[in-house]
Amino acid sequence: MQLIFEKGRKGRRGFKIQKSDVPVKASIPDNLKRKTDNGLPEVSELDVVRHFTSLANKNFCVDTNFYPLGSCTMKYNPKFTEAVAALPGFRDLHPLLPQLSGGGILTQGALELLYRMEQLLCEITGMDAFTMQPLAGAHGELTGTMIIAAYHCSKGNKKRYILVPDSSHGTNPASAAIAGYEVVVIPSDNTGVMDINEYKRHLTDKVAGVMLTCPNTLGIFNPSIKEICDMAHSVDALVYYDGANLNAILGKLRPGDVGFDIVHLNLHKTFATPHGGGGPGAGPVGVKEHLSKYLPISKVVLRTDGTFFLDYHYPESIGYIAPFYGNFEVIVRAYAYILLLGREGLMDVAEKAVLNANYVKEKLKKYYKLPYDRKCMHECVFSAEWQKEKGVSALDIAKYLIDRGIHPPTIYFPLIVKEALMIEPTETENKETLDEFISAMIEAAKLAEKKPEKFADFPESTPVSRPDEVKAARDLNLRWCKK
Amino acid sequence: MNYTPHTEEEVKQMLSDIGLNSIDELFSDIPEELRPKSFNLPSGKSESEVVNHLRYLASRNSTSLVNFVGAGFYSHYIPSAVDAITSLPEFYTAYTPYQPEASQGWLQAIYEFQTAICNLTDMEVANASLYDGGTALYEACMMAMRINGRRKIVVDEGVNLIYWTMIQCYISNLSLDVVKVPVKEFGLDRDKFLDSMDEKTSAVVLQNPNFFGCIDDYSDIVEYAHKKGIIVIESVYPLSLGLLKTPGEMGVDIAVGEGQSLGIPLSFGGPYLGFMATRKEFVRKMPGRIVGKTLDRKGRDSYVMTLQAREQHIRREKATSNICSNEALCALRALVYLSLLGKEGLKELAQLNLDKAEFTRQQLEKIPQIKVFRDRPIFNEFPVILPERADVVVNKMIAKGFAAGFPLGRYYKGMEHNLLIAVTEQRTKEEIVKFAESMEAVLCS
Repeated sequence: MQLIFEKGRKGRRGFKIQKSDVPVKASIPDNLKRKTDNGLPEVSELDVVRHFTSLANKNFCVDTNFYPLGSCTMKYNPKFTEAVAALPGFRDLHPLLPQLSGGGILTQGALELLYRMEQLLCEITGMDAFTMQPLAGAHGELTGTMIIAAYHCSKGNKKRYILVPDSSHGTNPASAAIAGYEVVVIPSDNTGVMDINEYKRHLTDKVAGVMLTCPNTLGIFNPSIKEICDMAHSVDALVYYDGANLNAILGKLRPGDVGFDIVHLNLHKTFATPHGGGGPGAGPVGVKEHLSKYLPISKVVLRTDGTFFLDYHYPESIGYIAPFYGNFEVIVRAYAYILLLGREGLMDVAEKAVLNANYVKEKLKKYYKLPYDRKCMHECVFSAEWQKEKGVSALDIAKYLIDRGIHPPTIYFPLIVKEALMIEPTETENKETLDEFISAMIEAAKLAEKKPEKFADFPESTPVSRPDEVKAARDLNLRWCKK
Repeated sequence: MNYTPHTEEEVKQMLSDIGLNSIDELFSDIPEELRPKSFNLPSGKSESEVVNHLRYLASRNSTSLVNFVGAGFYSHYIPSAVDAITSLPEFYTAYTPYQPEASQGWLQAIYEFQTAICNLTDMEVANASLYDGGTALYEACMMAMRINGRRKIVVDEGVNLIYWTMIQCYISNLSLDVVKVPVKEFGLDRDKFLDSMDEKTSAVVLQNPNFFGCIDDYSDIVEYAHKKGIIVIESVYPLSLGLLKTPGEMGVDIAVGEGQSLGIPLSFGGPYLGFMATRKEFVRKMPGRIVGKTLDRKGRDSYVMTLQAREQHIRREKATSNICSNEALCALRALVYLSLLGKEGLKELAQLNLDKAEFTRQQLEKIPQIKVFRDRPIFNEFPVILPERADVVVNKMIAKGFAAGFPLGRYYKGMEHNLLIAVTEQRTKEEIVKFAESMEAVLCS
């Protein structure tokens, strides 16, 4: 399909700029002017709408396809949250208004929303204070590891290492490295959780923190979680909860009760805000009381007269990690979602998410190798190793599923499972959809037995077949240029 | 329940298929003593109840002030087609295009976004977006250090102070040297700036228009920097590039910026759009996702995420950045916005901003108490010097229905009387005239 830059005609316009109503024609000195072509297309509004609608039609999405992409929690995004996020009172609000003298009173609704959201997230996680500022999960991790650093710095601790299990998300070690720490990877044991002996062996007084996902990326809950936290605290290391998988344990366990010191949440996962093709997300960070003084500034504070204001007076704060108060529009959606579901609704989310995942796991374990055959939480991780023996890889199975109209699971992650197929159905999928998926997976396994060579051609139903990724990396073509 | 479709019958059936008797058994791995000490959340509400509550909160925010506040974040008109396109569920309810065959629409859109950013900035390659202008600037500094291995960054004070504070926060645990060079007369102090650039300097950071709205040509700085092996990073206001000399024309190495002005609502601070563009030779040092064009098995054009070996999911602690989620939907907004405006529209819009700002300066100059700063050329924002504290004037102007500007004393010592005024195409002649009258009334009272 042609690019938008290849469409259009010289002189065609897509948007009418209003005529100037001021009697001034200003100019700038010639040496400060752009001399080059700005390279934008010349297309009509209809050209634009048709172009992007055609592009949209080439995507799988939650609204059109089952999307069991493990670790990403691709649940349904309720439509009413889009409507409330678009209210002009939120959407047209300048972020600097509350920082102007007399402007705070004109943003009370927005500040109250942030304040209430913090309270809700504290209760959901068992933490004592939250910042809404981190702009995505990984950004929350960075905030968290910087808080770990601030804590040790203020105590005069000389710490060097952050421990992460080998099943962790790649963002964990990457975030720890940016906060100035060396990363030590702890292997998993044969039950799929962090090897406790290896953990003890590496847990020296040089360890600044431990980053854990719970349940972990295998979808397994580690029953020794409290012991792990207690041991970390015994060497004055902080324990970080990666909230990517909170969906599984809403109302069933609160990280704060167990001993975690810092958590981040992914509002775009647990609280159903749309993933937008890769973002925006939001990654609020919660801490226990003893760390609240390190949270980023500003903070929304409730005055005794019932009004809200932005407080910047936290001298030990790590500072500004975002320009303002977080991805506010995303926070509005998540806030509305939490209020609609309420206490019982959120617990129901966890229950049905775990039910769906276990159902899929039980139905498929005869057909795919299940490296850790135990109860799972919100997701289950299979291996395509049996199929691989016939020459059919996890990637091949993924491509087969595309032809069946199903977005594939996450593949080749977590790294500790060979040929991993990481399936997260989420709670919003009905039994018929799960059964259809299970049938497709079983048929894929059978086809791999009988006609493994067929897989090389999948997918066949999509606008393109498998792109040549080696060529893409070798002959870099990262933008269109006029011929 | 609300979005869970399971009937009681189905739950029983599914549990039985799993070999369990109750939902509770699904959670038996969680020891009793670890169960929540409390979970005191309000009971669920109906959609209409929640919507009413949110409407109430929204109504307690004023959007009726006539806005002259910019300071890096501007109210521009957003064509309806931008919202229509980004509201297509095939865009907004999809995720990162990990499976290219099922995501060609998104991948092509990102490739087009990269092209639009390259064209706008006159740079060779761009990434698929970063969180915001501030994190893009920080990432550019880290990237420069990967390129030349040096550990000192020199930042002009004309760079948005929010971004300066963000950079300081991010590097606090890394042994880096960051130097800020004070501005002179609201612009770059060239002598001091050149003096601060030495063999240890990895990168210099500039902004155009700078925080005070003043515009410049940094070609001379670039030339000097390149002689010393220093990377030049420029933060730009993308809409101004309809008119202003581009990073590419100046020879800049890394161009970054906040894309909010390109069809993204102010939304009380986010989501916004960080963008980054650079030279082709540095592409492997660049953070964030990148989409490339290739061929499928039948020789058809197709698009994939490429150079992923830079990224955290492959490289983990050795990655160029920890970024995973980006701001793809905001990038799409910017792409649709730029496509609608088109080649001529962008120029016209930039000119309109320039004209309205100039008209506003002329109106304010008629007021004897106001000194309008004229020593440097501007785009759509400019400082004025008031006879009293600017924050006090702003406070009085709010009562008259105006957000009169950003009081520079909030960020800069010694600038307590200075007000930074932004004028976009949204401000009408009538509003501007009334604004000047109100300013005069406030200053005379």
